[in-house]
Amino acid sequence: MAKKEEILDAAKKAAEVIKEKVEQVANDPQVQEVVAAAKEKATEMAEKVAETAQAVAEEIQARAEKVAERAEVKEAVKAATEAAQKAGKAAKAAAEVMATPSEKNVKVITPEMAKIPAGPLELKWTNYKNHQKLVNPANKRRLDVIVVGTGLAGASAAASLAEMGFNVLNFCIQDSPRRAHSIAAQGGINAAKNYQNDGDSVYRLYYDTIKGGDYRAREANVYRLAEVSNNIIDQCVAQGVPFAREYGGLLDNRSFGGAQVSRTFYAKGQTGQQLLLGAYSALSRQIGKGKVKMYTRYEMLDIVLIPDENGEKRARGIIARNLVTGRIERFFAHAVVVGSGGYGNTFFLSTNAMASNGSAAMQMYRHGALFANPCYAQIHPTCIPKHGDFQSKLTLMSESLRNDGRIWVPKKLEDAKRLQAGEIKGRDIPEEDRDYYLERRYPAFGNLVPRDVASRAAKERCDKGFGVNNTGLAVFLDFSDAIQRLGKDVVAQKYGNLFQMYEKIVDENPYENPMMIFPAIHYTMGGIWVDYELQTTVKGLFCIGEANFSDHGANRLGASALMQGLADGYFVLPYTIQNYLADQIGVPRMSTDLPEFAEAEKAVQDKIDRLMAIKGNRSVDSIHKELGLIMWDFVGMGRTAEGLKEGIKKIDAIKKEFWTNVYIPGEANSLNNELEKALRLADFIEIGRLMAVDALHREESCGGHFREEYQTPEGEALRQDDKFAYVGCWK
Amino acid sequence: MDQYIDIKVRVWRQAGPKAQGHFETYDLKHVFQGASFLEMIDILNEQLVAQHKDPVTYDHDCREGICGMCSMYVNGHPHGPDSAITTCQLHMRKFKDGETITVEPWRSRAFPVIKDLMVDRGAYDKIMQAGGFVSVNTGGVPDANAIPIPKPVADEAMDAASCIGCGACAAACKNGSAMLFVAAKVSQLALLPQGKIEAAARAKAMVAKMDELGFGNCTNTGACAAECPKSVSLANIARLNREFLAAKFKD
Repeated sequence: MAKKEEILDAAKKAAEVIKEKVEQVANDPQVQEVVAAAKEKATEMAEKVAETAQAVAEEIQARAEKVAERAEVKEAVKAATEAAQKAGKAAKAAAEVMATPSEKNVKVITPEMAKIPAGPLELKWTNYKNHQKLVNPANKRRLDVIVVGTGLAGASAAASLAEMGFNVLNFCIQDSPRRAHSIAAQGGINAAKNYQNDGDSVYRLYYDTIKGGDYRAREANVYRLAEVSNNIIDQCVAQGVPFAREYGGLLDNRSFGGAQVSRTFYAKGQTGQQLLLGAYSALSRQIGKGKVKMYTRYEMLDIVLIPDENGEKRARGIIARNLVTGRIERFFAHAVVVGSGGYGNTFFLSTNAMASNGSAAMQMYRHGALFANPCYAQIHPTCIPKHGDFQSKLTLMSESLRNDGRIWVPKKLEDAKRLQAGEIKGRDIPEEDRDYYLERRYPAFGNLVPRDVASRAAKERCDKGFGVNNTGLAVFLDFSDAIQRLGKDVVAQKYGNLFQMYEKIVDENPYENPMMIFPAIHYTMGGIWVDYELQTTVKGLFCIGEANFSDHGANRLGASALMQGLADGYFVLPYTIQNYLADQIGVPRMSTDLPEFAEAEKAVQDKIDRLMAIKGNRSVDSIHKELGLIMWDFVGMGRTAEGLKEGIKKIDAIKKEFWTNVYIPGEANSLNNELEKALRLADFIEIGRLMAVDALHREESCGGHFREEYQTPEGEALRQDDKFAYVGCWK
Repeated sequence: MDQYIDIKVRVWRQAGPKAQGHFETYDLKHVFQGASFLEMIDILNEQLVAQHKDPVTYDHDCREGICGMCSMYVNGHPHGPDSAITTCQLHMRKFKDGETITVEPWRSRAFPVIKDLMVDRGAYDKIMQAGGFVSVNTGGVPDANAIPIPKPVADEAMDAASCIGCGACAAACKNGSAMLFVAAKVSQLALLPQGKIEAAARAKAMVAKMDELGFGNCTNTGACAAECPKSVSLANIARLNREFLAAKFKD
């Protein structure tokens, strides 16, 4: 009879565990800006509970069956099975209840919570600075700040904080802080200098940025961005950044992205490089002085939160992996600043660098920082197309090419097929058999339709089978008309360097044969939600640059990414973080032996061990490529409710495949690139799902999010301002 | 027209900084010539992972020739047998069917091997920390147009500033000298009025650090500029020498 009691006991305990879990979920406050947003998360959590219940029930049944042969326990088996089934039913019911959206699951973020200062727009930043708390020089020496990332935002923040007197610990995954992907930005940086006397102003830059973002950005932040844009140019020139100049010795500007004024400063086609090297110089100076301790080839794997005396959790350090030795190390600081860039590599193929990743964002998210607008991803129409499965990344070609190039595909499917087979070239197709589809569909704008329209139109033609390269995923950008009209020399003068770059990569002469282009993921506007101070919903955890969500709304204007990164790093965060740190001066440096550090490290180690132990049959890249294709097909340029639902299912399947069938060679405690990639891919899968879920809930089209159900008869984005003007935050 | 080729890749394998290294030769079949060189290494690594072997460790990131991360000696040349490109911009159409391609890490005493093709270029960062900057703090600087700079001067500074810090110059130099790297930064800043003020001190500090870190001396062979993926000019070295001598005279 002992057995019988044991089984009953087990069933009882299981039921209790389930009940507890259900309650836990039910009591978890869902901090979200919208009702609909809560639904998905609740469903997901409830499903988890149901799964647990199911598993427990099955286990009990299995255990019970083992002893079922003995007559005296038959009764017990029955009881246990019933108990388990009841528990399962209860959990399922709970899941259904929670899956229904309710006001309880949603929290609206008010301007007060976002800490937007009072007063008129143009005085908010001034007022803030006049009244914010500051830290005196003696106290700055006692405060440590961790900065993760050395791109424009991270490097400029680390350098500026160190100059002020804080002790900075700066981390990057590359071998040098100079290699962050900001370095690859080509075009330029905007500022409201009005050096060209063409009517530019802080207000105009602000207005253009808001409008460009489809009215989805936070106005107070954007106005501040426009205000400090001028300081950035001054700062960079003082650092020795060799901006392009006029013959009179003054700075030159170019126009960009349809703005009516010329406000873009540039350094050849390497503006990002020069600005980053400026910030890197400033950072190097502080490293030399010992004010910044630089950790290269280190990757943050978690953020450590420690409760203060009131029980409120605050970011107090990080767990990072030394990528050379594989050792997991602990670092303390009074505050943590993350400038880790965007998550475009969720798509595997993008214009991002190979190591660009969204793991830092996911670590913040898992600790309760809100992920805002994950679905906003910018797609650039003029990239060099994919040419094979081995392709590792996509290269951006300046959009200026569309000023003189004409975009077309063949009219006849058989011509497209022969192009795809490599039997003919673009120039072999006679004029009357060419479909200049942009000019046909949008006679007013022609080839200069907005980025998103051009991208979608290309995809539409290729989906119908009219693609012109071996993968069937490319359209022609033809300069033969321009060459006839302007002469080859003029075309070469304007676009020579781009033509040369194209020829190096594709091995085709674009003067003789039309260029091939295709859209690619370029930048992510979504990111971690931050308040006006760039602080996340986790106290002491700040997020800057592309990693946060605040300034670009649903779409980013050309030459504004560099501006935002440097604005955050040089001129915003070093001020706003003091408002937080001023209250931390009494907090002594903490030991990294504290249990919170130990637990965080153990969780990281467990995750790594779990990954290493899978020993399946798939390489990390092969799974990442599969995820990328799903993202592109279902969460890409043209999204539909049906497609997104399908995509979510497929992403879930990929997740399962990854966690059961990935193979990572080598050891965890040594240099291991495959392990690094696996850890990042685990997070890309989660981000991909989050993007899809957000895209599904946002029933409108705006900026970098296009739902096919919501478009004008001309195929342009149709916003639903009455319903979706808000920022969609996920917890 | 790009074809599919079969190649052999002879790669330097070295388990760690102190381990004995050796060449290992791998057969790669059916490699599309449209693939970049690093994509070929990716294919090789996928093959190795499929065989449950350790993939080749190498540095790479942006894959568009600007981050300076990739650093391979291909068939005896830093960044391979094409001019003015990084390894990531090299394509397989530069190689023939049946060819054996030799891939090594940077060869320079100041860049010790970490693993396989990955080296430690921290020495370049240290040189930068010794003086590769203008000593201005954030904020409180004059208006960007306060000091006009002649366009030719700005353009020359820009050309010097295009250095990506990849280390090919030191790796190509038979003396293992980092002169072109140092000269590029010293030139850029010495040319501009903002950097002129500290020009002498900068030149001395950066050269001293370079010597201290075990880089060799410059004997003007010009291999650095010939192999530089950004075509940074030897004229920068002449300018560095001028700045350096002037600084020494002042002492």
